[in-house]
Amino acid sequence: MFQILSKTELAQGTVVANEIMAPKIAAKAKPGQFVILRANETGERIPLTMADTDPVRGTITIIYQVVGKTTALLKSLNVMDHIQDIAGPLGRPTPIEKKGTIICVGGGTGVAVLHPITRGFKQAGNKVIAIIGARTKDLLIMEDKMRAASDELHVCTDDGSYGHHGFVTDVLREQLTKLGSEVKEAVTIGPVPMMKFCSKVTAEFGVPTMVSLNAIMVDGTGMCGCCRVAVGGETKFACVDGPEFDAHKVDFEGLSLRLTAYQKQEREAMDAYQRKCACAAKA
Amino acid sequence: MAEDKKEKVPRQKMPEQAPEVRRRNFQEVPLGYSAEQAMAEASRCLQCKKPACVEGCPVGVTIPEFVHFIAEGDFVKAILKLWEKNSLPAVCGRVCPQESQCQGRCIVGKKDDPVSIGNLERFAADWARGRSDVPMPPIAAKTGKKVAVVGSGPGGLTVAGDLIRKGHEVTIYEAFHKPGGVLVYGIPEFRLPKEIVAAEVNFLEKLGVKVECNTVVGQSVTVDELLTKEGFDAVYLGVGAGLPTFLKVPGENLIGVYSANEYLTRSNLMKAYLFPEYDTPLVKGEHVVVFGGGNVAMDCLRTSMRMGADDVKCIYRRSRDELPARSEEVHHAEQEGVQFFFLHAPMRFIGDDKGWLKAVELQEMRLGEPDASGRRRPEPIPGSTKTLECDLAIIAVGSGANPLITATTPGLAVNKWGYIVADEAGKTKKANVWAGGDIVTGAATVILAAGAGRLAADSIHKHLTWGW
Ligand SMILES: Cc1cc2nc3c(=O)[nH]c(=O)nc-3n(C[C@H](O)[C@H](O)[C@H](O)COP(=O)(O)OP(=O)(O)OC[C@H]3O[C@@H](n4cnc5c(N)ncnc54)[C@H](O)[C@@H]3O)c2cc1C
Ligand SMILES: Cc1cc2nc3c(=O)[nH]c(=O)nc-3n(C[C@H](O)[C@H](O)[C@H](O)COP(=O)(O)OP(=O)(O)OC[C@H]3O[C@@H](n4cnc5c(N)ncnc54)[C@H](O)[C@@H]3O)c2cc1C
Ligand code: SF4
Ligand code: FES
Repeated sequence: MFQILSKTELAQGTVVANEIMAPKIAAKAKPGQFVILRANETGERIPLTMADTDPVRGTITIIYQVVGKTTALLKSLNVMDHIQDIAGPLGRPTPIEKKGTIICVGGGTGVAVLHPITRGFKQAGNKVIAIIGARTKDLLIMEDKMRAASDELHVCTDDGSYGHHGFVTDVLREQLTKLGSEVKEAVTIGPVPMMKFCSKVTAEFGVPTMVSLNAIMVDGTGMCGCCRVAVGGETKFACVDGPEFDAHKVDFEGLSLRLTAYQKQEREAMDAYQRKCACAAKA
Repeated sequence: MAEDKKEKVPRQKMPEQAPEVRRRNFQEVPLGYSAEQAMAEASRCLQCKKPACVEGCPVGVTIPEFVHFIAEGDFVKAILKLWEKNSLPAVCGRVCPQESQCQGRCIVGKKDDPVSIGNLERFAADWARGRSDVPMPPIAAKTGKKVAVVGSGPGGLTVAGDLIRKGHEVTIYEAFHKPGGVLVYGIPEFRLPKEIVAAEVNFLEKLGVKVECNTVVGQSVTVDELLTKEGFDAVYLGVGAGLPTFLKVPGENLIGVYSANEYLTRSNLMKAYLFPEYDTPLVKGEHVVVFGGGNVAMDCLRTSMRMGADDVKCIYRRSRDELPARSEEVHHAEQEGVQFFFLHAPMRFIGDDKGWLKAVELQEMRLGEPDASGRRRPEPIPGSTKTLECDLAIIAVGSGANPLITATTPGLAVNKWGYIVADEAGKTKKANVWAGGDIVTGAATVILAAGAGRLAADSIHKHLTWGW
């Protein structure tokens, strides 16, 4: 059992950050790694990236968007409550080296995943340009933290309610045009379509690019093959070979399709959960 | 003559759920002997002086002795006898391939049905489970030595049970949230109820074994860290053969195509068959195809039938004679309505524009010359293909060695397939590290993993006691 030490709602409650007691995981975790958790006995195993870790306090922080039953269930837990199971750290850590200028692009909750990587690159002595985006101002997360973790931060909103009016890809193109060969690497994390378009832009400029893939997972140890994605025509397991891959080789279409596998059941589970919550609230 | 009298007792049939009922539920198929039936069946044993059955048992259970105690109605002595050689009789009585081991050798079987040794083993273990009047095994005085067991399959559980009794401190590390290995994530409830595995684990915990789940050794902690920072004197690796094999044909990433590992983990460990009470989803499938002909394939076939499929087909590239699955499993599957397509191999999966599987193209095969394994090699019949509609395909054509541990443990030798190299006693090339079960032999059986665990436990004990 893993105790929740803090709970913060972001983006109007659509995103939640929890700091959780997990000393063994905190001691080992590196940027880019994730955990797989199960909220309770009947729960599903879901992967979430560690947005932060504090080996001294023995804690990890997860930041998740409430998109379905499991994340809704997690949100319903309060400080002092427990999460039944957390396994980790899983996946390969981000290879962080001093390279020169790095562009880090994050969209939606992807910013939470991007933050420790951004900070890692900066601490390694790189010049880091960060670009983050959201649909609208109220859904933007971690602006301050990203500003602190980078040398230069650009903010975009799709509806123009804050920062640059438009997509992160616009700013990415602008920066790449301006900086040219100075940019040694790009990292882009967010919804699949965003990663796909960012990857197209960086390919035009010939900048090596890394994406973190959110394939559906079960065990997270390379045992089941559920998380398989085609990368450069080869089948890779996102949980052990990734979650980060060379963006220019990833089959994003295949990944998007596989993410829809359980849409029907996910809706059914969420509806049943909401009905149950509504009943409980009335009683 | 005494023998004549004994042969008059007919073989006691195992009561079973009727096929038309059980094909849609997840309850156990065989219901178990009553005490009277068990005693009657046990009385069929001839108590051979040189028992052939024992030679057929990979761990040498003294079969005539435990069977004798059952015939006498002394079930306590029967279970104590079983435990001497087999740590998991309730499991083995259910899942061992007895027809090719003990029962396959039984003398009575030469003329008549052999003694139902597996059913008797199961009876004794079920009878004893949870009873307070069965004496607990004695535990030796504490030695102060610490052993880490990685993986909680039948091998790991056996090592843990043996070493705790010898006075060592034992911690099991398991990657999943529940201990049991393939017994909980692979073998379905209707063949091996999970409460039986849980009872075995509880028993070990009562003896003092610590079980740490959610610990992926190699990631959460490395083997070297266990031996240094964590202060263990020895490590046993019983991590199984947890790497799925895919067919490497086009369309394999379509939705509805699963590895057997994923399909079974979702349905067993995560209890997807109880969705939405349990949260984990599973593609149900109306028209199901399963590739492969082993026990794993049979489990997938029978599970998908229970999930409510309209039709379920086993596609196997050789013929019925070569089916590697236990005959009992094949028989059960057929009774439940599974159809067999022999001499067919997959060529490609065909999907719709939303990425869902909708058909599979098959190549017809014929049997050619025998290959290295002595089985006749299947070869394609040129120009002979057919397309089968399907919305769920499960690939059950074997599994390999998962590199997670071996890649993070310097000094551990592996063979060309990635399995850990270990001697008879389970000793690996790395000091203080033992290994056994599927990660050494490749996918095998529960009793072989348990047997390897017992030998390794003896070896570890000698090492910790005398430094051998
Ligand atoms: C390595 C990795 C790291 C991730 N990190 C984060 C993170 O830091 N923050 C965050 O908000 N999200 C993260 N995700 C996505 C997160 O796992 C899903 O949003 C979550 O599983 C949704 O569960 P649910 O029951 O609430 O929603 P559901 O209704 O079950 O699903 C909503 C959508 O989430 C995806 N999903 C469902 N089940 C799984 C599963 N078992 N594994 C992976 N994806 C699934 C599917 O695309 C589905 O359509 C990560 C995913 C991966 C693979
Ligand atoms: C579907 C199916 C049906 C079968 N049916 C039969 C049958 O009827 N009869 C029979 O005799 N045999 C059967 N077998 C084979 C039998 O189950 C195996 O041979 C046996 O379980 C192997 O035991 P093991 O102890 O080596 O490991 P496993 O049972 O494979 O257990 C290994 C454990 O180690 C854990 N692990 C793996 N990596 C790590 C890590 N890095 N850190 C921590 N833990 C880790 C795994 O999660 C797992 O729990 C079947 C197998 C399958 C898959
Ligand atoms: S071979 Fe058969 S009859 Fe002989 S001891 Fe074994 S079980 Fe009994
Ligand atoms: S989640 Fe099972 S192999 Fe990656």
